[in-house]
Amino acid sequence: MEFLYETILAVTWQQAVMWLIGFVLIFLAIKKDMEPTLLLPMGFGTLLVNIPGVDAIMEEGAITSLYNAGIANELFPLMLFIGIGAMIDFGPLLANPKLMIFGAAAQFGIFFTLCLASMFFGDNEAASIAIIGAADGPTAISVSNKLNCDPGIRGAIMVAAYSYMALVPIIQPPVIKLLTTKKERMIRMDNQMKPVSQTTKILFPIVIFMISALVAPSAASLVFFLMFGNLIRECGVLNSLSETAQKVLANLVTIFLGISISIQMTGDKFLQPTTLLVLGLGLFAFIFDTAGGVLLAKLLNCFLKKKINPMIGAAGISAFPMSGRIVHKMGLKEDPQNFLLMHSIGVNVSGQIASVVAGGMILSIFMG
Amino acid sequence: MEFNPVRFVEMLPNLGYGMLGIFVVIGAIVISTYVLNAIFSRKKQ
Repeated sequence: MEFLYETILAVTWQQAVMWLIGFVLIFLAIKKDMEPTLLLPMGFGTLLVNIPGVDAIMEEGAITSLYNAGIANELFPLMLFIGIGAMIDFGPLLANPKLMIFGAAAQFGIFFTLCLASMFFGDNEAASIAIIGAADGPTAISVSNKLNCDPGIRGAIMVAAYSYMALVPIIQPPVIKLLTTKKERMIRMDNQMKPVSQTTKILFPIVIFMISALVAPSAASLVFFLMFGNLIRECGVLNSLSETAQKVLANLVTIFLGISISIQMTGDKFLQPTTLLVLGLGLFAFIFDTAGGVLLAKLLNCFLKKKINPMIGAAGISAFPMSGRIVHKMGLKEDPQNFLLMHSIGVNVSGQIASVVAGGMILSIFMG
Repeated sequence: MEFNPVRFVEMLPNLGYGMLGIFVVIGAIVISTYVLNAIFSRKKQ
């Protein structure tokens, strides 16, 4: 009869704590609707990988094979980028290209956190932690893999990158409010959108790919898959492929990605003091990204006749479209007639491009 | 894991290079976008 309870007796306290974390992730996904497509498989996977002696995480196990097939070689993040690219409408950004500058400014948190993290970790680990601030899970996975980051903290980086994306509505508003006055938050912006030709929409992903790949070749594959997704959306002759990429492909890859990431969530790897530090530094990166975008808008307002609502700068992170919507909602809260959505979404999609470029810059600096 | 505050200062140039790199790339994309808009909106007219 011993076989009935020997597994239960083998449970360590670390595994029990990880079950709790798994339940919290499942709760956040279902009850709070926070990135459920990722947090649910991650949470449920966390329960699995913390069962003593489970075969799925052995060398030939199902989850290990999935991890090796899709995360270790960056295949899943790149395939997910096709779906993300196909979902993005660059129209608002093309109508007002100067909005892209906020996407660039909102990467400040990444490089500031790089300096902070380097006080505790080696170069590659510090760089991998800093990229959490990109609010871009695929880029975080790709950069930490390419830099051969310590596997002990890789799980924390992936969890932080995805869970902070889900926590945008909680993290960003207080930072924005702290850095802006009510008067600034009430600034109205011109909502007339200039028409953009279809040819421009088709050429835009190609141009972005060429420029980014030539300057930061380490990020060429990331940019390629993102822009390829966008190209099939805009070209007008691959509508069914575009729909498949947006829905079926993105959903399938997300399921496998979430389950594969959970292999990093074993108690012995995850419950380390460094995990808390990684989560804290990731939060710093996120906060300073938000601040970078807002402060640049405030700086520009000192010189511009037509003022910019500084809140749109905060949407320069790549948590798309959540960040853009949060800024829009905050604007409506201050003034029910203030519609910032077009501008905030434009900045938000520029954040998607800038975060990939930031990943490329990090790789160029540390891979040489 | 060791705490080494000097590394913060040593890493600051990378902050500069990284942000400069991003602004250069984004700047090039902004200019290209204005050029694309100018060429193809004019053609349409």
